[in-house]
Amino acid sequence: MKLHRPANRHLLVALVLLVLPFIIDSLFGHGWVRIADFALLYIMLALGLNIVVGYAGLLDLGYIAFFAVGAYTYALLGSPQFGLHWPVWVVLPLGALLACIFGVLLGAPTLRLRGDYLAIVTLGFGEIIRIFMNNLNAPVNITNGPQGISMIDPLHVGDFSIGQRHELFGLDISSLHLHYYLFLGFTLLVVLVSRRLENSRIGRAWMAIREDEVAASAMGINTRNVKLLAFAMGATFGGISGGLFAGFQGFVSPESFSLMESIMVLCMVVLGGMGNIGGVVLGGVLLVILPEAFRHGAGPLQQALFGAVVVDPESLRMLLFGLALILVMLWRPAGLWPSAQRRRELAPDETVAQQEQETVYDHSR
Amino acid sequence: MIVDIFVQQIINGIVQGSVYALVALGYTMVYGILGLINFAHGEVVMVGAMVALTVLQALLAAAVAPLLAILLSLLAAMAVCMALGYGIERVAYRPLRNAPRLAPLITAIGVSIVLQNLAMMIWGREYHAFPLPLDNALHALGGAIITNVQIAIVLVAVAVMALLLLIVHRTRLGRAMRAVAENPAAAMLMGVDINRVISATFMLGSALAAVAGFMVSANYGIVHYYMGFMLGLKAFTAAVLGGIGNLRGAMLGGLLLGLIESLGAGYIGDLSGGFFGSNYQDVFAFMVLIAVLIFRPSGLLGERVAERA
Repeated sequence: MKLHRPANRHLLVALVLLVLPFIIDSLFGHGWVRIADFALLYIMLALGLNIVVGYAGLLDLGYIAFFAVGAYTYALLGSPQFGLHWPVWVVLPLGALLACIFGVLLGAPTLRLRGDYLAIVTLGFGEIIRIFMNNLNAPVNITNGPQGISMIDPLHVGDFSIGQRHELFGLDISSLHLHYYLFLGFTLLVVLVSRRLENSRIGRAWMAIREDEVAASAMGINTRNVKLLAFAMGATFGGISGGLFAGFQGFVSPESFSLMESIMVLCMVVLGGMGNIGGVVLGGVLLVILPEAFRHGAGPLQQALFGAVVVDPESLRMLLFGLALILVMLWRPAGLWPSAQRRRELAPDETVAQQEQETVYDHSR
Repeated sequence: MIVDIFVQQIINGIVQGSVYALVALGYTMVYGILGLINFAHGEVVMVGAMVALTVLQALLAAAVAPLLAILLSLLAAMAVCMALGYGIERVAYRPLRNAPRLAPLITAIGVSIVLQNLAMMIWGREYHAFPLPLDNALHALGGAIITNVQIAIVLVAVAVMALLLLIVHRTRLGRAMRAVAENPAAAMLMGVDINRVISATFMLGSALAAVAGFMVSANYGIVHYYMGFMLGLKAFTAAVLGGIGNLRGAMLGGLLLGLIESLGAGYIGDLSGGFFGSNYQDVFAFMVLIAVLIFRPSGLLGERVAERA
């Protein structure tokens, strides 16, 4: 097989992705397949946020709110909470639609804010959504408050539910594997949409706004509508992955939608390489795996170094994670895998680089 | 004693607002000069509170006079925080000064996570009682109650802010800071050592954070490794509310946010017919913020608008 032929390369990638859960399962154990499932959900989220932050350049610190809207829509309409058990193919799109509406509702009045003002408003919005979910259990119990909603219906079509194992093509496939394939399908769809958007008229309009809003608007781009579209599109992806999350987890609570989660998704986008799909995917995979690896490694590492567990492994794990964030950004300020365009911007020819060194200062702010 | 709830909420709001204002000043100074959200600032407040706690406990155990112990622990906290602020800028921000705008945001988040977990390792997960060796007497004021500590907080906050304005507007360093905020390249051509000014800004802001950390701890009587996060968030909100980059804006924003929160928490139940309780306090603060920004997109006192995200 000639690997330089794109078709063959795609085939190889597809093959690897298909057998990956079995490899993970046999090498690392069942728990890591679950982590792979979560990684896919986070990649979807990160790709959604990438549209807002990476393409359109709008800093959104409350992105997890849309994930929450999708998850709670699924949870409320598919659990014993209200005794509703609507079919998944209704609930999922509905969650996406609601998230989209929330995105427009948030975006319409606030998108004329610039930079960090927009950041703090989106952050506030994220917190508002979380606080409502935390408190809407009284006087009328809607969200069940901090306890969250449990016993959510698994993802299913008709009688076929992937919440349990199945016999398919003579293979015994567990629920975690089935989720993997479902999420993989959705992730690939999101990748495809992102990819098509990137080179479309809309995508180029987003990037024009990111680079220079005044110039973009002078070129005839309706900046308000185009920015709103980025917001709505990102929110929709967030809503879909929220619904999948609820069905996969079987349980949602406001805790899963804290500001820290928004920040994590943002870290995935920036650390991986803003605006570049491959980079964002890489960022998502790394930021899901790293904390888990530290979790498993923190205890034994101390045993090996000091002969005893000196400090709490949980805080050591987060400490290492924080250090990793700092080091990676210092090492590669444009992200691990920046888009070609950003690479060009950041590695100009030598004279420009020298001049930039001399000015010490960033005028583009 | 019959307490007038309205006056009481105003007093609580002013006390809380003074703390917000001190922390908000740290955000706004850094933003004014670097155009950067120093996300780790809230953790600096927490470290200040923790150091003050440790020193205060040690001094009180050594039977040092209470007032002296308070003063020394406050100074210790300020010294540690200034060193910390300096270190954060050197390690996490200076190498990235020409990097894409979001890179320093991520390192700031990294620093914040590191500080939080270091504090958890050193001081543990539990809530610590903050000892206050003074007579925390209650006074009646306009039908409400105010404590000695609360009076001290407001007085100290006013004094510190006056001092800061003096530094920024009357000293050579202050002039350099304003020059760098206005136009860094021109300031450098005029012979201002930009790196020194930026370091000084971080240290000033961190000293204010230490004072604020001491105040919060004294007011509530507890210290916790997680206390910096929400406080930092609120203070940042206050800075934006007032117009980020503007010192007086940060003070006004802090005070307003404190008042809005405490009045909102006090009256939201009555206003909504009992549907919303005081647990919606934070929603109230953010709603007001969003409303203000919709009508005044660069905050109450802000003039300059940041160029882009």
